[in-house]
Amino acid sequence: MQRLSIQKFLNNKIAAYLLAGSFLLFSVLVGISIGTVSVPIFTIIEIIISKLFGSISMDQIDPMFSSIVLNIRLPRVILAGIVGASLAIAGAAFQGLLRNPLSDPYTLGVSSGASVGAVLTLFFQLSIPVIGSFTLPLLSILFSWATIFFVLAFARKIERSMRVETIILTGIIFSSFLGAFISLMIALTGDELRQIIGWLLGSVSMRGWEYIRIILPFFILGSIILILNAKELNAMSFGEERAHHLGVNVQKRKLIILTAGSILTGAAVAVSGTIGFVGLVIPHLSRLLWGPDHRHLLPLSILTGSGFLILADLISRTIISPTELPIGVITALIGAPVFALILLQRRRMERSG
Amino acid sequence: MLNVQHVAGGYSNEHILKDISFEVQKGELFGILGPNGSGKTTLLKMISGILPIVKGDIFISGKRLQEYNSKQLAQIVAVLSQHSSQSFSYTVKETVSLGRYAHQTGWFQTWEEKDEKIVQRVMKQTGITSLKNKAIQELSGGEKQRVFLAQALAQEPEILLLDEPTNHLDLSYQKELLDLLKNWTAETGLTVVSIFHDLNLAGLYCDRLLLLENGTININHIPNEVLREERIRDVYHTDIQKHPHPRVPAPQMVLIPNERQEKEIIQIDESLLRVTNEFIELKSPVPLRTMSSGVVGSGTGWHHTFVNRHVGKDYNCSDHRKEMATFLKANGFEPSETVGMMTAVFLKDVTCKHLEGNGFSLFVVVTAGVGNAIDASKSELHTFEQVPGTINTWIFVNGELTEEAFIQSIMTATEAKAKALHDLNIMDSVTGTIATGTSTDSILIAATQAGDRLEYAGTITNLGKLIGKAVYECTLEGIRKSQKRKVI
Repeated sequence: MQRLSIQKFLNNKIAAYLLAGSFLLFSVLVGISIGTVSVPIFTIIEIIISKLFGSISMDQIDPMFSSIVLNIRLPRVILAGIVGASLAIAGAAFQGLLRNPLSDPYTLGVSSGASVGAVLTLFFQLSIPVIGSFTLPLLSILFSWATIFFVLAFARKIERSMRVETIILTGIIFSSFLGAFISLMIALTGDELRQIIGWLLGSVSMRGWEYIRIILPFFILGSIILILNAKELNAMSFGEERAHHLGVNVQKRKLIILTAGSILTGAAVAVSGTIGFVGLVIPHLSRLLWGPDHRHLLPLSILTGSGFLILADLISRTIISPTELPIGVITALIGAPVFALILLQRRRMERSG
Repeated sequence: MLNVQHVAGGYSNEHILKDISFEVQKGELFGILGPNGSGKTTLLKMISGILPIVKGDIFISGKRLQEYNSKQLAQIVAVLSQHSSQSFSYTVKETVSLGRYAHQTGWFQTWEEKDEKIVQRVMKQTGITSLKNKAIQELSGGEKQRVFLAQALAQEPEILLLDEPTNHLDLSYQKELLDLLKNWTAETGLTVVSIFHDLNLAGLYCDRLLLLENGTININHIPNEVLREERIRDVYHTDIQKHPHPRVPAPQMVLIPNERQEKEIIQIDESLLRVTNEFIELKSPVPLRTMSSGVVGSGTGWHHTFVNRHVGKDYNCSDHRKEMATFLKANGFEPSETVGMMTAVFLKDVTCKHLEGNGFSLFVVVTAGVGNAIDASKSELHTFEQVPGTINTWIFVNGELTEEAFIQSIMTATEAKAKALHDLNIMDSVTGTIATGTSTDSILIAATQAGDRLEYAGTITNLGKLIGKAVYECTLEGIRKSQKRKVI
């Protein structure tokens, strides 16, 4: 009974957004505040407000604080937030589309595909004229897009019904293959080695405002597309045939959703490397708390996903300070057990009928 | 409403369906039948636009299927398929609400009052309102089926396509669902096209049936024409028999199980008869196929106990069937397995006869009294009064009888009885003419349905000759006995 009343409370959508929003706000403030130099939260708020509106003068604020906040911590937190949000909403969309609670950009191999694109860009020092710095995310997106279609086509070849496990297995096979490909390229590089490895382990450190500028347009574009397709995702999670009967143009919507998911994943991987399991854990948690309706699940995943990755980044840079752990380590430490848990739960459900 | 013309198609290169043409009118309940692999589901998937039409055309409301976009099609055609996967725990209400998807247009696709009303209505119609906040993964198979039916109905379709809708449903819900669909077709003009596995359900509810065989149409006609014994036997390769429904004019098919090779030959004769002061009882070791006019177990059926009970002349009971059943139970008989009759005649006066025929035998038991003898040709002169029967005739045949033979047996026995009354010069006291029987006579024909097959029982057939002889002699003797008793 108590569970029921808790659920009812959480079902209240306004409460859901308030909760997720405050979680994000809390993460942002804590993320900026904590570090080798600790910045008081009140000071952070002052700095941000004065920067945004220019109404409060910065005179009485320590310039060291404002420099740490504006040039180091704030861009890092914002980048972590956007990457987390992108991966979480992409994961939620993949899960709904494939009716598969285990899929996320990482388990599907899409992240690895994006990495290949990014590594290729870095390896050959590619830069397409006109778009310049957007070459990196564009190639990542292109490769993640190609990967998801290869993975799905291959899984369909194995088994028409595309069981959950089949898709994941296919994703893992593609991941390993692409991973080997990346290792090969790293072995072939000479001086670029350090940059690639640092990037590959997944990190949002020392990226600065420039990377935010790179990912932001893709994040906005991808998220808007997915949120506009929330209803279709709801219908698709009952199966493609059912969705068709309900009036969804399945082929078109599927293409749109997979493309948006690739845009989000590709852009996130381009700026931060492969960070696993965010897209798995966050949608699962959000669904558990607030129900599977994608019209709310997607925005809520954005809020919780960004908060989650900001905190994960905070842990990764403070836990064995002054050394920094790659952020992917933290997310994997949390994500892999959750993955195992979902798998167990599914088995139990199947067995009980 | 729906017009299918020369359609061929199926999965990938293989054409499962070949040259299918049929039409369904608005408000019809149209059934699709066929053995496994005959292309039923393929046909339904082509009509719902899931599978491509390779050849031919499908018209819905006069427009080609391909000219509809997904949403327009979903506004006209809703589908309830056999399997639905649910990976996430949506609530019942959320699931049903998805049915409104096709009707919501524009960028923001707002949920209007009308949508809410329709969702509430269909949930009520399908009896799932009380479940609306439950997660659909928690529901039973039958409840899920109703949720998805509600979802399909929320689409407000003109055509509803169903793939074995009664699958997963227990008996009462099967009937409820089909009654509901039948009503909707009549009241709202909804057109229903449904695949059925159960021929009897299809025959009971459908206006027309389409029988598919190996991807082609075997027949498209009314149920009575489609559900013909020979046709179903050929298409389904199984032994079945057609039987009329007891209440509505619909054909019903029954399966005939493979009988065990060695069948015990049993013989019904005097040795099984037991006479007490209260009743005459005959217990058969196997159930017998019966046709009778007894108080209980009347009509056709299978029974293994036969009881002729003595009641006083003044027996009067408002519900004599119930009273008789109570009596049978009290004496250790199971009413559902018993044919029971009543008589005012003293049971000691029972007469019986066992006659051997060529490959069969006959055992006749008669209790006769002529207290209220009546001339059937002038019976309109009598006032109606139901008193216990006075000539009860049992005819047991050790042989296999056809339906005709059962009826002819009754005719032959009745004629023999009338002749016996005639020869004894029994008078109808009201009309003063020779009586043909009494007002409440009963008859039973029971056959072992083993041994030789006896097609007919008319008066000059082998069986008819024996029946005539045995019934005539037994009736004669029985009446004489009861008359003697009166004289004394």
